[in-house]
Amino acid sequence: MAGLMSRTSNVIKAWISKLLDRAEDPSVTLDYSYEKQREMLQNVKKGVAEVVTAKKRLELQTQKLEAELPKLDEQARQALAAGREDLARAALERKALAQQQLQSLDQQVAGLEAQQEKLVTSEKRLSTKVESFRSQKEVIKAQYSAAEAQARIGEAATGIGEEMADTGLAIQRAEEKTEQMQARAAAVDELVEAGTLEDYTETGSQLDRELAAIQSGNQVEADLARLKREVGSGEKKEIEG
Amino acid sequence: MIVRLMGEGQFRVADDLIERLNELDDRAQAAVEAEDEPTLDRILDNMWSVVQQEGEPLPDDELTTSDIAIPPSDLTLEETKRLFSAEGLIPDIPA
Repeated sequence: MAGLMSRTSNVIKAWISKLLDRAEDPSVTLDYSYEKQREMLQNVKKGVAEVVTAKKRLELQTQKLEAELPKLDEQARQALAAGREDLARAALERKALAQQQLQSLDQQVAGLEAQQEKLVTSEKRLSTKVESFRSQKEVIKAQYSAAEAQARIGEAATGIGEEMADTGLAIQRAEEKTEQMQARAAAVDELVEAGTLEDYTETGSQLDRELAAIQSGNQVEADLARLKREVGSGEKKEIEG
Repeated sequence: MIVRLMGEGQFRVADDLIERLNELDDRAQAAVEAEDEPTLDRILDNMWSVVQQEGEPLPDDELTTSDIAIPPSDLTLEETKRLFSAEGLIPDIPA
């Protein structure tokens, strides 16, 4: 069985030959290929814009969740002052979940940033190659007969075809990532609006989830103890005063 | 020889480097067959750093075909398999 390297380059070669098979006449092949290159460049630009939009949305969510934290703390404090430890606990549990969500949002934003960087680099490289192809194409069309041109365009067309296949894959992967993030962002939005923030992170093992539950449980207990001390000392002052 | 690191660009590498890459490639192939993603990722990262450190990046305006291409390690095992399948990972040419 062939190794990964040769199989990968065979996949790319098959893609290129499909691209070039579309036209028989060399000058048509050149123009057709150039047209496809321009389309691909537009697609990369669109891909970058989509990633940026998704990233902004996640950043907005981060701000929203961060604003929730002191609010939940205050609710817990009020509940405790009113002698409702159960309500205080519920508010603190929400706070712990919000903090977990914030951590995961940070990671997602970083992930999108990496995708964005990759796409921008791909766009730059492809755009330089497209420009180089355009000038070679004009030279070939002006100086050579059809037969000669056929041989000359081979290398240039397959060379840039390879870059297009590679860019196509980069766009595809960025789109998939962006879609995943958007679906998750929509889920978080719904939960925040419904006021029932839950841990919906589907990634991670059962053990991860249990550890996270213990961690957030500990945090709830610690927060509760802190609020009790604060509320308690406040009550004492009132009695003394 | 010209090597493409998928998503990263092309590099010109010396022949003795190809031998080393071939050895790593055999192990990468075995890892795919054993469905051992952590090992596959480690070997692919290794292949990438060998090419990045010892290869010479091709200028962006050069239009050359690569002799071999190395997939990135951030593909999942499923994606790596899809790359070679009939359905393919590289999106179809826009009509």
